[in-house]
Amino acid sequence: MEANKVKIREFLSRHFKNHDLKDDEDIFALGFVNSLFAMQLVMFVEGEFGIRVENEDLDLANFRTVDAIATLVEKKAA
Amino acid sequence: MEATQKTKKKDDKKTIKCVVWDLDNTVWDGVLLEDENVILKADVVEIIKELDERGILQSIASKNNHDDAMRKLEEFGIADYFLYPQINWNSKASSCEQIAKLINIGIDTFAFVDDQPFEREEVAFNHPQVLCLDALNLDGMLDLDVMIPRFITDDSKKRRQMYMADIERKKVEEEFVGPTDEFLASLDMTFTIDPAKEEDLKRAEELTQRTNQLNTTGYTYNYDELDEFRQSDDHLLLIAGLEDKYGTYGKIGLALVETGEEVWKIKLLLLSCRVMSRGVGSILINHILQSAKAAGKRLQAEFLQTDRNRMMYITYKFADFKEVDKQGDLIIFENDLTRLQPFPEYVNVQIG
Repeated sequence: MEANKVKIREFLSRHFKNHDLKDDEDIFALGFVNSLFAMQLVMFVEGEFGIRVENEDLDLANFRTVDAIATLVEKKAA
Repeated sequence: MEATQKTKKKDDKKTIKCVVWDLDNTVWDGVLLEDENVILKADVVEIIKELDERGILQSIASKNNHDDAMRKLEEFGIADYFLYPQINWNSKASSCEQIAKLINIGIDTFAFVDDQPFEREEVAFNHPQVLCLDALNLDGMLDLDVMIPRFITDDSKKRRQMYMADIERKKVEEEFVGPTDEFLASLDMTFTIDPAKEEDLKRAEELTQRTNQLNTTGYTYNYDELDEFRQSDDHLLLIAGLEDKYGTYGKIGLALVETGEEVWKIKLLLLSCRVMSRGVGSILINHILQSAKAAGKRLQAEFLQTDRNRMMYITYKFADFKEVDKQGDLIIFENDLTRLQPFPEYVNVQIG
């Protein structure tokens, strides 16, 4: 789980430069969420962790924080 | 007119979006490797110019030395007509594939012209959807139904130049190190959203027919239907345009909203794939959300999933839309309008 979080944090830090992102911080509260970033995030999660994010997983709540993404990855990989 | 009755009818209107040309004995008489003094075929040049006027893109798949062939094309003054020319020793099937990928359109909208039966068969074998034409028999090529777009709009005439500007942008983007927002800000973009006017309708129809990936339902509407929506009190037909420091992208977005008594419903929302990486789709959605909220209505959206429009599903979900109903393949989303985002800082938004 911790290793996954490191990867997620690293990916997100490329989008939120100059911001020390906390694991429970709402990334959607930080700025405008555009469709490009949304797609990149989903593609990253699928590619990096080898999971398929289904329609029902595509909920903001599953992508809102580093913690939430890590939980989703763990659930899907199980 | 009842918009909910519309169904997908894309395939019966397929037209060619890109023609890929061979060079030796196709665009010119002779084989460049054997004799430098090849002779440009005047009738082919006429075809190339006419296709360009119609907004059909063109490229090259030729087995030749890249630099020699490009120099020849420049000498003939026709190099600029071709996007991403593939002049190498790869199979022409793979060259066509590469062009489709670089332009970002489906290979099923391609035509391929070559004088060699072997090359045509090799392309046809790997990509049966590609229309293969014999370069020695091009009479009537321009009269083929698939070579005649229903409308030729200002945007289609400028299409090649807009793709050229895209190539320039991509180069700069690849070299840019830093966060996406910063890059987007450096483009100096202006995004416009306006109610569609009569002169926008041809382009609007073209957009409903050409756009597959960034399209929430794939409903196609013809000119007259769109003209009715435009003037109807129960509909909002919005057209969006984008320009940046490299030039204009033209009109690249369309949204049709059914404005009911209590509920507004987005029937169609689409964006040209050329603006995929510009983050403007969310702005168009946000504008509709804000308008619905200001009008005191609920806001729903229809969505028809295809194998190509996942990005729009994600766009809706990440814009806080929730699935509230499903009728077969048709998903009904609703946004409760409690979390509206301001427009991003990297683009200047103008609402007409």
